[in-house]
This record gives sequence, C-alpha cells and structure tokens, in this order.
Amino acid sequence: MNTLPKLIFELSREGKIGVGLNEADVPDEPAVDRELQRRELADFPQVSEVEIVRHYMALAKLNYSVDAGFYPLGSCTMKYNPKINEKLAAAEELQAHPYAPHDLVQGNLEILARLEEWLQELTGLAGFTLAPAAGAHGEFTGMLMVRKHLEEKGDPRKLVLIPDSAHGTNPASAHFAGYEVKEIASSPQGTIGLAELRPHLTPEVAALMMTNPNTLGIFESDIMAVADALHANGSLLYMDGANLNALLGAVRPGDLGVDVMHINLHKTFSTPHGGGGPGSGPVGVAAHLLPHLPVPRVRREGKGFDVVYDDPRSIGRVKNFYGQFLVIVRALAYLMSLGRENVRRVAEDAVLNANYVRKRLEKHLDLPYKGPSLHEVVFSDSGLPVRTLDIAKRLLDYGIHPFTIYFPLIVHGAMMIEPTESESKETLDEFIAVMETVLREAREDPELLRRAPTRTPVRRLDETLAARKPVLRWRRGESL
Amino acid sequence: MRYLPLTDAEREEMKRVIGIAQVSDLFTCIPSGQCRPPLDKLPKALSEPELTALFREFGRRNSFSGYLSFLGAGAYSHFIPEVVTYLSAKGEFLTPYTPYQPEVSQGSLQAIFEYQTMMAMLTGLDVANASLYDGATAAAEAVLLATRRSGRGRVLLAGSLHPEYAAVIRTYVQNLPIEMVTVAVDEASGRVDAADLEAKLDDGTAAVLFQSPNFLGVVEDGPAIAVAAHGRKAYAVQVVAEAMSLAYLAAPGDAGVDMAVGEAQSFGLTLGFGGPYLGFIAVREEFMRQLPGRLVGQTRDLDGKRGYVLTLSTREQHIKREKATSNICSNEAWCAMRAGMYLAVMGRAGLTRAARACHLNAAYFARAAAGKRSFRVVYERNFFNEVLIEVMKGSASDRAAELRKQGILAGVPMAWFDARQKDRLLLAFSEVHDRAAIDRLLDALGE
Repeated sequence: MNTLPKLIFELSREGKIGVGLNEADVPDEPAVDRELQRRELADFPQVSEVEIVRHYMALAKLNYSVDAGFYPLGSCTMKYNPKINEKLAAAEELQAHPYAPHDLVQGNLEILARLEEWLQELTGLAGFTLAPAAGAHGEFTGMLMVRKHLEEKGDPRKLVLIPDSAHGTNPASAHFAGYEVKEIASSPQGTIGLAELRPHLTPEVAALMMTNPNTLGIFESDIMAVADALHANGSLLYMDGANLNALLGAVRPGDLGVDVMHINLHKTFSTPHGGGGPGSGPVGVAAHLLPHLPVPRVRREGKGFDVVYDDPRSIGRVKNFYGQFLVIVRALAYLMSLGRENVRRVAEDAVLNANYVRKRLEKHLDLPYKGPSLHEVVFSDSGLPVRTLDIAKRLLDYGIHPFTIYFPLIVHGAMMIEPTESESKETLDEFIAVMETVLREAREDPELLRRAPTRTPVRRLDETLAARKPVLRWRRGESL
Repeated sequence: MRYLPLTDAEREEMKRVIGIAQVSDLFTCIPSGQCRPPLDKLPKALSEPELTALFREFGRRNSFSGYLSFLGAGAYSHFIPEVVTYLSAKGEFLTPYTPYQPEVSQGSLQAIFEYQTMMAMLTGLDVANASLYDGATAAAEAVLLATRRSGRGRVLLAGSLHPEYAAVIRTYVQNLPIEMVTVAVDEASGRVDAADLEAKLDDGTAAVLFQSPNFLGVVEDGPAIAVAAHGRKAYAVQVVAEAMSLAYLAAPGDAGVDMAVGEAQSFGLTLGFGGPYLGFIAVREEFMRQLPGRLVGQTRDLDGKRGYVLTLSTREQHIKREKATSNICSNEAWCAMRAGMYLAVMGRAGLTRAARACHLNAAYFARAAAGKRSFRVVYERNFFNEVLIEVMKGSASDRAAELRKQGILAGVPMAWFDARQKDRLLLAFSEVHDRAAIDRLLDALGE
C-alpha cells in the first residue's frame, strides 16, 4: 500500500503535453552533424498541466515549512520570510543579464552596494564581498583571504585551530583552503578563552575559526583577549557569523578584533531556506584584508556604480557573475524594512525568546553548559528514559518541527533550540506545553516515543537501506 | 514592527519569568565598552509602500529591458511557463529547511529525487546530485572529485572553457597540490586541439575538462576527447554551461565521458543578474560515493511504504568534517526543485521543441550571415545556440555600442575575457527569439 503521490514518471502517458510553446518559425535546417545530435528523451515525463499542478500540490502538503509552523532549529535561524521580499525579487526590472552593459544595470549595482554598506555598518568591518553562494562558500572564501594575507607577509603557515563545538563546514573549508585542522577543546563552560588557546598557539597557526555566539548559544566573552593573543602571534581571527542574529545592534564583530567573518543572508537576514538553498554567504574583512577580496567588486563611481574585475592581490573569482543576486535583493529589502529603529529589537527579542524557553524547560531537561544563553539553548538527553531522536520524532506527531539534534557534538544527545524573534509568546508557550507532554510520555510510555512518529505522511524511514543499496533515480521497471 | 510579534506586555512577563529587570541584562556577556554601538548611520525603517517604491526606483535605474538581447555566455534567456513560477513560489517549497526530518519533508525529497532522475536522463549518466552552487563551482568540484578519485594531481583544462569557470577553478585549487594545464584550441575548427591534448596527457593526469558547446559556441568531439583521456586512464569531464543543449545534442554519457557538470539556469530560473543559479553534477556509478553535495535516495518506512531520505551522508562535512568530499552544506535546493518542475512541465515534447528552436534560430542566423561583408560567422557549423561572429571593420565593442543605439544588445564582446579577441562577439539565440527578431539583428549588423 502506498499513500505517497506517484512519481512524475509514473503519471506520464504517451502524447500528453504540459506546455504551450510553438515550433520555431525559421526553416527546419539544422547545422549540427547528425552524430552530434541526441537520441530521443525516452521516459521523460509527458503530463498535462493540470496533472502537474496537482502532483506538486500533493507534494506541497507533505512538507513542513516556516509558513506552516514553528521551526526551532538551533543555529539555523529559521525566521519568518517576508512575503513582500518575494515580490520585489521577482520584479521583471531586476532580471538583467549579468553581462548587460553596466550603464543599463545601475539599479542592480546600487542594490549590491547598499547591502554591502549595511553589512559594514552592522559588523564594523571595512569591506564585504557578496559573491559567496552560501555560508560554507563564505568560509572557504574567507580562509583563502587569510592565506593570501599571510602569504604576502612571507609564510601562509600550516594550521587552523577550530573549537570542538564548531560546525562541520569550518574544518572542511579550512582543509580546502590548504590548511591542516587542529581541533581545540572547549572549556568546561563551553567557551574558548586564553587558557584553551595558549597551548596551541604556535608559529604555525594561521588562524582560529571561532563561532560567536558559539553553537551552545554562549557568547565568547574572551574574544578580545583571544584576538589580541592571535594577533601578537601573527595569526588571524576568523569569526563564523552563522549566529549573528543574536548580535544585531548589540555588538560589532569588527570592534572585537575579528579579521574576517562570513554571515548567512538565509539565516540572519530572513531570506527563505528553500529546502536547502539558495543561500548567500557574504564575507566581511578588516581593512588589512581589503585588497584580497574576490572579484568582481562593485564600487561607487561619481553618482553611479562601476565594477572592478581584476586585482592582482585578490584571491580571484569564487563564483560566476555577482553571486546570489536575488537573495541579496531580499536581504536588503528586509533590512530596509527594519531600519535602524528595529535592527536591535531583532536580536533582543531573539535572545529574550531563547531565554524564556530555557527558563521554562530547564526544570525538565539537563542543561550541561549553564553559561548565559543568547539566541539559542542546548539541552542534553542525560537522565531521560529515551533518546533525543525519539523526542524529536514525537514532536512531529504534535505538528512541531524538532530542534537541531545531536549537534554540537560536545553535548550528549544535544537538543539545540533557537526560537528566533519571529515567534510569538503564544507559540513558545504551546511548544513548551508540547515538550512537557512529550517528556511525561517519555517517562510513562517510552515505547510510544520510540515508535513515533505515527501521524506523519510516512513513518521512520530506513536510512540504512537507503545507504546500503542506493536508489538515487527512477528507472523504468525498477520501482519499489 | 510587523515581523516582531511580541507585545510590550509579553516582553515584561517574559522578563519576569526569566528573572531579569531589563533585556540588556541578557547581554552582559558582551564586553561593556563594545555593547550597543550607535546605529544612526543606518537608514530609517520603511513602510511596505515605501519599500515597494524604493525598489521600483532601483528598477527604474535599470534600463536593459527595452532591448532585444542576444546576450548569453553562461546565462540564458528562455521561456518560463507560468505554472513553474506559480508552483515554485508556494511557501511549502520556499520556506522549509533542509529535509533532515524526512517524515515531514517528503514533498521536497520526492521533488529532488525526480529532478535527480531527469538530470541523469538528460546527461545520459547514472547519478546526478541534488545541486551545487553554479556552473563554475560545479566545474571546480569536478576537478576535486577527479583528483581525489584518481589519486593524480594534474588536470587539463580546454582553452575553450568559459573564462569565469576557469578562473573559479584556479581560485579553488590555488592552495591544493593540483596542477592546472591549459590545452590549446584549434583555431580552424574551434575545438580542442587534438595533438596538443595528446601531448599534454600523461600518466599523472587525473582528468580532461572540456566544455561542450564550448565558449566559442562549438560542439566538441566528446567521444574523441573521452577516448584520448581514457587512453591514459584519466577521466573525461564535460562542462555544460547551457543545459538546454542537453535536450538537443548527444548526451555526455553516450559520448563516453565520466562526469558532466555545469549550469542549469536555463531550466526555469530567471536571469536574475547572475544568481541564484543551479550547478549540477552527474557521474557514472563508480563515483557515486565520492560525490560532493546532497543526494536523495529511495527507501521504505516502518510500514514498508516507499519514501525518500537524504542519503550517503558519510561523504559530507557534518559527519566527516575536514575529510569530507566537499565543504558544501546549503546548496541550491529550491532552484533544483524549480528546475524539476520546469522539466516536468516542458516534458519530452516541450523541452525537445524549445531546444530545437534554440538551435534552428542560431542556424538561421548563421546561414543568413553567409556572404555578408561587414561581418562573418567564425564557425558556420556544429554550434548549438551560440554563434561567434567577427566584425570586419573596427572593434566588436564599438559595433555592439552602435547596435545598442538601435535597441539591440548584440552579444558579449569576447575582448572582455581575452584582449586579443577584440573583433569578436558571441551571440546567443533561444526560443524567445523569432524570425523577425533575428532579421532585425541581421539588418542592424549590415551587409
């Protein structure tokens, strides 16, 4: 028995068409040798328009989304995605070809320049590139700049230090920038201070990649001393800005000694996650790294805007064209809507919401790191009769998307909760009530949780089967 | 502020519950001298009508839209059925997170599974991933994959690769033990110089990367390149900057290549001033467990029902950290899902028709250009939808500027990328053009 929608290929019937498009009105005289042309697109879908609409509407019903409900995913900052921004980004007048002459796209260039200015002001950094396509791409771009800077000073060095609470993209990005990664242990308080840094601070250290607030939701209070120690050692401080939401208008990383940081427009600046992208990962740098920013760079030229394509001291080009322009449009629209009056309120409400959830849940759950929380709080499953996964799956039965689970790795059975400022107190209260119910169920009937979810379109899926015998595409005659 | 639902009364109550007097008590962890920087340089908040007016003003400062455009070179104007725009904008597709909780994400997962299938069909290869950032970074990921899998450190890049792709690849590998070598282009055919390729291939070569149709518009001899590469146990990697060509030209897999990577913006994504676009990578099965990025796989739930999950994640950074196959995390999921919608709507007949129109329009232009004295078509056959022309008098940039005065954007001046090619323009044609539009271009270019 199968209640999921059929695959589009299973709906296909010979002779159906979903599009109204004419043949070309020029003579049918190809100029390509026969052997260079393709054979028929066998098994490609043939479905009518109405059936396609119903197919995707059926799929849409199976998805949870921010538009549908609370999404307390820690470090993912699943805030509301404003609808007006979608309309603005879809405007015909912005859909220029990236190679259109610059004088015909002054409006688009101004959008890029204005977002850069906003980000500089909010972070206290000297300059930004908007080219990177996502956070990890930004990290890679940032680490290339670190390396370029050190190379110009004579030695790129070998090591990048990364706290054990870091997101997995940090070590991967440092690796592809040509560095060896050395993991450093967080303090018992979950932070990185001089005591944690000093033993590792050798002349081989190029940089420390620090997430701040870190993935426990704790602000790295020693960051200025850490920056000073790094700088005295000739090393740089890279800040992962994935959690910048907590700091908007509260503090500027550039004022704390940060040399490079990336931010995520799809987190802090409200652009939709799209089920895993497109994101955008602008990178900001302090003045001494400005020459290494990637090309192209937009610059003000009199009353208009121009683009610089070449700079021998740049790390080069990291992406086609100008980056994720339509994501940038949405982020600028969000900031222009907030304005200076509301930017700080975003961080304050996000932190207030997180602390409210912490206060209400800490009597039920183990809180391994008790330092002050900013935008998120991380509980563990210690002492519970079930695993974190079971709690997460039971939440699905109550129509709530689970928090981030099993991350950061330094917390046993981590439950990482980030409510964001988008949520009302009513929503938080409802979430807390559901959590209390689920935790009561865990004590009274743990099997119920281990069997969860039961009210979702499918139940727990066999991930081992998926990985052992991968079926990554449909093929005629091979349907499950 | 409409995006901030807490009321002042609720804030007060929450502070009471937390046990603080003011919100700033939650920020005492921040060094006091650095706390609450002034924000007065930032602009004031705009209401929704004011915001709309501001963006209309940005739009007004763009003045490209009145022109008849033949710009291409990696970004292409194609017809997008309204159904695609309508469906892809739905919040259920636009606003979910990555489908790590498959029980409530079957919509995204199945849509991506369908997209992966159609990309595999189009490329004639076994497996396609759930997306990469764009064509250029996909090419860079292919270089990393080929070197990792082969254990070899030398990669040959065809000189006819999109210059921005080549630039991004060089940025990616600048600190890695990978040597990039450029293979010459045969000026007469516009294709990879077979003798130079043979000379540069050696037993340390991991892969040959060639673009087809290439940056001169010419369709490469894929099978010959694949045979040459395989002769040295190197991989053949085809870069496809115009995915629409996949619906008209022989599939990369059928030509014997091992991987196809490129840009699928043409599948339902607006020009968007260059992004977000859609990088794709498709490979033969042997590379499956080495692929970068996410993969959706089919499986069963506890009741035996068919369902989909993200799979083979032990390749990825959140498990493997610095030993991952790539650092990629967020990718272009929504773009891939939208491309899947586009491919489903166009279907076999529509996609074939659009791709044929792209080619026939370009072919019509090339034929009509024969015998002109003011310009010539450099490669008269074996292109898909892009045609390289050479102006006989003056520079191509000057000629393009003259045509602009007549309301035509007559292609991309090749001098932007290579100063020596100052008399050449690359023109792109698609199903959005008709005979009248092409005749207008021909008229404007002159006898």
